[in-house]
Amino acid sequence: MILSYIGYFFVSVGVLFLFLGALGIVRMPDVYTRLQAGTKATTLGALGTIIGVGLIQPEWFWKTLIIAIFIAISNPISSHALARGSYKSGIKPFLKDEDGIDTYANVKEEEVDR
Amino acid sequence: MIETFDLIILSVIVLASILVAVRGLLGPTASDRIVALDSLTTITTAALVILGLYFDRYIYIDVALIYAVLGFIGVLTLGRYMEGGL
Repeated sequence: MILSYIGYFFVSVGVLFLFLGALGIVRMPDVYTRLQAGTKATTLGALGTIIGVGLIQPEWFWKTLIIAIFIAISNPISSHALARGSYKSGIKPFLKDEDGIDTYANVKEEEVDR
Repeated sequence: MIETFDLIILSVIVLASILVAVRGLLGPTASDRIVALDSLTTITTAALVILGLYFDRYIYIDVALIYAVLGFIGVLTLGRYMEGGL
């Protein structure tokens, strides 16, 4: 019974982070900032929600743990591929003033392996 | 009490999905739409697990696992296509 309450707490925190990630996707000014808000916050939200459901129903715990581990591995990979692809397709990062530094532009093209 | 709690959780998940879909509709570039698709995949995986708890069906966990794998492969393919490599 106490495990069920801990699970509901995890689900609440996870759903709150899912909502905050969606709000960040709407309000951020740039592709890269949207990618950060929409990937990090959504990963934490999905992990909390899925682990919480596994704590509420203890016989489902191992399969929910498999889904959580898969999301924790695969979500950074896809966000990295999206950021790299959108930079290669020519989208400039949002710079507020002229002192903003675009570090990835200084890398020579031969050093970037495809 | 628990039913009201489940209803609030499902409402917040639906609201998050609507916000992400708004970005997917009016995103200026194609990258914004793919970012919205990526986040919508993760939100849908969490929503499927919650629905499996709500309807008490164990098969929804399997559906969520397969949905996570297929969404990951799709987003990775779209990222490579945007880069120009594929």
